[in-house]
Amino acid sequence: MPIVVVGHVDHGKSTVVGRLLADTGSLPDGKLDQVRELCRRTSKPFEYAFLLDALRDERDQGITIDAARVFFRSALRHYVVLDAPGHVEFLRNMVTGAARADAALLVVDAREGVRENSRRHATMLAMLGVSHVAVVVNKMDLVGWSQAAFTAVADEMRAFLGRLDVVPEAIVPVSGVHGVNLVTRGPEMPWYTGPAVLEVLDGFTAATPPADAPFRMPVQDVYRFTRFGDDRRIVAGSIESGTVGVGDAVVFYPSGKRSRVASVEAFHAAPRTSASAGDATGLTLDEQIYTTRGELAARVGEPAPHVSTRLRASVFWLGRAPLVPGRDYHLRLGTARVGMRVEHIEQVIDASTLTAGPGTEVARNDVADCVLKLDRAVAFDLHADRPDTGRFVIVDDYEIRGGGIVREALADGDEAAREMVRLRNRKWEHSRIAPDQRAARFGQRPAVVVVTGPREMDRKGLAKHLETRLFEAGRAVYFLGMANMLYGVDADIDRTLASRHEHFRRLGEIAHLMLDAGLVLIVSAAELRADDLDILRVSVPDERLLTVWYGAADAAEIAADLALPDGASVEEAGGAMTALLTARGVLPS
Amino acid sequence: MTHLDALEHRSVHILREAYANFRQLCMLWSIGKDSTVLLWLARKAFFGHVPFPLVHIDTSYKIPEMIAYRDRLVAEWGLNLVYGQHQEALAAGRTFPLGAVDRLTCCGLLKTEALARTLSGEGARFRFNHATGAYERDPNTEAYTGVIVGARADEEGSRSKERYFSPRSTRNQWDVGEQPPEFWQQYKTEFAPGTHVRIHPLLDWTELNIWQYIAQESIPVVSLYFDQGQGTRYRSLGCAPCTAPIASTARTVEDIVGELETGALAHVAERSGRAQDAADGGGLESLRRGGYM
Repeated sequence: MPIVVVGHVDHGKSTVVGRLLADTGSLPDGKLDQVRELCRRTSKPFEYAFLLDALRDERDQGITIDAARVFFRSALRHYVVLDAPGHVEFLRNMVTGAARADAALLVVDAREGVRENSRRHATMLAMLGVSHVAVVVNKMDLVGWSQAAFTAVADEMRAFLGRLDVVPEAIVPVSGVHGVNLVTRGPEMPWYTGPAVLEVLDGFTAATPPADAPFRMPVQDVYRFTRFGDDRRIVAGSIESGTVGVGDAVVFYPSGKRSRVASVEAFHAAPRTSASAGDATGLTLDEQIYTTRGELAARVGEPAPHVSTRLRASVFWLGRAPLVPGRDYHLRLGTARVGMRVEHIEQVIDASTLTAGPGTEVARNDVADCVLKLDRAVAFDLHADRPDTGRFVIVDDYEIRGGGIVREALADGDEAAREMVRLRNRKWEHSRIAPDQRAARFGQRPAVVVVTGPREMDRKGLAKHLETRLFEAGRAVYFLGMANMLYGVDADIDRTLASRHEHFRRLGEIAHLMLDAGLVLIVSAAELRADDLDILRVSVPDERLLTVWYGAADAAEIAADLALPDGASVEEAGGAMTALLTARGVLPS
Repeated sequence: MTHLDALEHRSVHILREAYANFRQLCMLWSIGKDSTVLLWLARKAFFGHVPFPLVHIDTSYKIPEMIAYRDRLVAEWGLNLVYGQHQEALAAGRTFPLGAVDRLTCCGLLKTEALARTLSGEGARFRFNHATGAYERDPNTEAYTGVIVGARADEEGSRSKERYFSPRSTRNQWDVGEQPPEFWQQYKTEFAPGTHVRIHPLLDWTELNIWQYIAQESIPVVSLYFDQGQGTRYRSLGCAPCTAPIASTARTVEDIVGELETGALAHVAERSGRAQDAADGGGLESLRRGGYM
C-alpha cells in the first residue's frame, strides 16, 4: 500500500519512518548496528531519522534501496513510503506523492502543536482526495506522556480537518524516539486504549475503483489500425467509474452522440462482455459515430455529466509566478484539453490558516475559489458527486502548475443551443455511408474554414479564391457567404444584434450538415467575435473548425488559426490557407 | 482486480497518453525482461499492434543470443525496429576492454551518446525492412520528442525519483531537483521545442511483478535469464564484457518467481552483475543525469 508521511518540518516525520522500518524488521541486515556504530564513532546521539540518510547513502554501495521511496512490511502487507521525508521538501513533490498514496500519516509535534505546514499539508490531502488520513501526535515523551497535552493537539487538528471535511480515522499519541505506539503499544500512556500506528495502517482498506457508480470513461483515442490490416474501430479509454457491457446504450459528451457497445476488445485476454472502473479498455460501437479524444462516455439512463464553458472551482497553485485573471492557460480534465482564463477570483484562502479574503492573484502554495472560463465546453462532474471526473490540472507554459476541483457548473448562455444539439444528435438518422468512406472517396477530411476580418477587407474574394483553388485540385468544397443565409435560412429572424446568436447557431447547423456530407465548407463572415465562435463550436467539433483572420492583427477579437496581413496577395493567402489545411490533416500531405 | 491487473491497466493508460500526445514517439527496447514486458504492454494498449518504432541501441557487444531473439520477435510480431550505433567510436576502437578507455567512457560513448544521437536523428538509424528481411538506412531523421523507457523505481536509487513523464533538456539532461508535479493521471505532455520527454510506464513495477507478469502472459524472454545447467544465470542483461551472471539454478520463469518470492536475492542488488554501476560510484545517477536509460 503506498502511503505518505507529511507534516511540519522537525515534527519527526523521518523518525517515525525510521522506527517503522526498524521495528518491522524491514532494514537490510546489519544496517541498524552499522548506524549505531557510526553514531558512536562520531560521538553523535543515535537517532532513528539517521536511518533514512543511511539508506540514501546505501545507493553508493549498490544496494537497491531508494532515495525517494522506502519500503516496510507488516504481517499483513507491504508498504511503500512515497516522497520519503528528508529529501528536499517541495510542495510539488508532496503533491505528487500524496496523489498516488492510499493513506497519509500527518505528523504533529505534541509540544509545538499544529503549525503552518501541518495545516497546508492537511489542505492538500483534502484537495487531492487521499482515501485515509491518520494523525500521529509525536514526541509524547517530551510532554511527560500527558493526556491533556495530547487532547489539546488532537482537538485542534480534528477541528482544522473538520473544516476541510476530512475525518481522521485515528489520532495516535506516539514517541518516535522511544518507539512507543508505532509498531507496538507501550505502557507509558495507559490512558490511550486505541491502536498503534501500524495497526491503524493495517486497518485501512486499499482504495478500490468505484464500479457501482455511474459509468464514466474519458475517451483517450479512437483507434483504427488499418495499416496493420485491422478494421476494428476501437474507442479506447480508462474507466473512472461504473460498468459498461455489450448492448449498453452509451452517450458521449459534450456532443451528446449515442451508440451501443458492440464488443469489449482486448489483446491476449479471455473474451469478456463488460468492463468496469479501473480497467484500461476498448469498446467497439454498433453504429459508427464521430467521437474523439476529450469526450466523456456515459451510459444512457444513468445521471449525465455537466457540460459548460464556465465553472466554479477550488484551485491550488504551485507555479512560481501567480495565477492571474487575463492570462491564457490550458485546463486538462480527463482527456479534454482546452484554453482557459480565470474570469474572477472569488476568494483567496491562506492554506496554512484557512482564512479567506479577496485577492487579485493566487500565489504559489495558496488555494482560491475561482470562476474559470473555457474556450469550449467540456464534460465533467461536480467533485462532490464523482471526484475522478470532477478535477483538473492547469497548464501554464508547458508545465502543470496547478490543480483544482469542480464545485459548481455555471451558466454560459449557450445551454439552450447545446441542448438542441444533443437532441439533434440523439434523433440523427445515420446514413449507411460511414464518415471514413466519404473521407476516402473525397481524399479529404471535412472541415469548416471561416474567413473573417475587418469590414473593409475583401474576405469574400479570398474565400472564393480558396474554393476555386481547392476545387481545381479535385477537392469537394463549397463557399457560403453570410448573405446566402440571411434571406433564406434566416429569413424569419431580424438582423439586430440580439439575433446574432441565432444567426450563428443556424450557421453552425448548416456547417454540421456540410461536414456530415464530407465537404470542406468555406464561410466568409465580417468581424467574427469570440462569442460567435463559442456558439459555432456548440454545433461543430473544435478540431473541424479553422479560422482565418484577414487584415490588421490588432483588430482581431479572436485567436485565429491563421493571420493574414493586410498586404498579403491573394496567391500568398491561398498558399498559406492550403498549408494550414494540410497541416491540420484536412488535405493529404 | 489483482495487483498485477492494476499495474497493467495503469501502464496501458500511460502508453495511450503517450501515443495521443507525441507525434515523434518511440520505445526503447533493450531486449531485456523489463522492456520486453513494456513491448507486450504496448501490444495490450493498441490491441495487438505497436504503432511506433522500437529503438534498440546496438553497442555491437551485446550477447549474440540477444540479437537473435530480437530479430526473431521483430519478424514474428511485425515490429518496426530501428537500431542506432556509435559507428565512429567503434571504428576508432574507443571501447572497453579492447581500446584504451574505461568502462564508463565506453558506456558513455556506445550507449549514452549513441542513444542521444539516435534519438535526435544526428546518428544513423537502421530500420528493419520486412519485405527484404534486412536492415536498411531509416529515411526518418526527425528527432523523437517522446521516448518510452522501461525504467522501474525499485531498480536502483536514481530511478526512484523519476516521474511517469519526465522532461529532458535540449542537451538530453535530467534535472532531478526541478521536476514537475504529477497527479490525477495528468502528465507532462507539453514541451518546449528542442526538449523531449521520457515516459516510464513501468515505474511502479518491481522485479518480482515483472517475472510474475511474464509467467501470467507467457511472454517469451531470452534464454540467458535461465540456468542452462552451469548453476548460473543472468539477472540483468547488458554488454558481454561488463555483465556477469549470478549464482542461481532457476531454469524456468516459475523458478525465478520462486527465487524472488522467498527473498533468496533480497540483499543482492538487481544490477550487481553490471560492472559500470560500480564504476559510477555505485549509483547510476551520474550516468542517468547525462541521458543514460
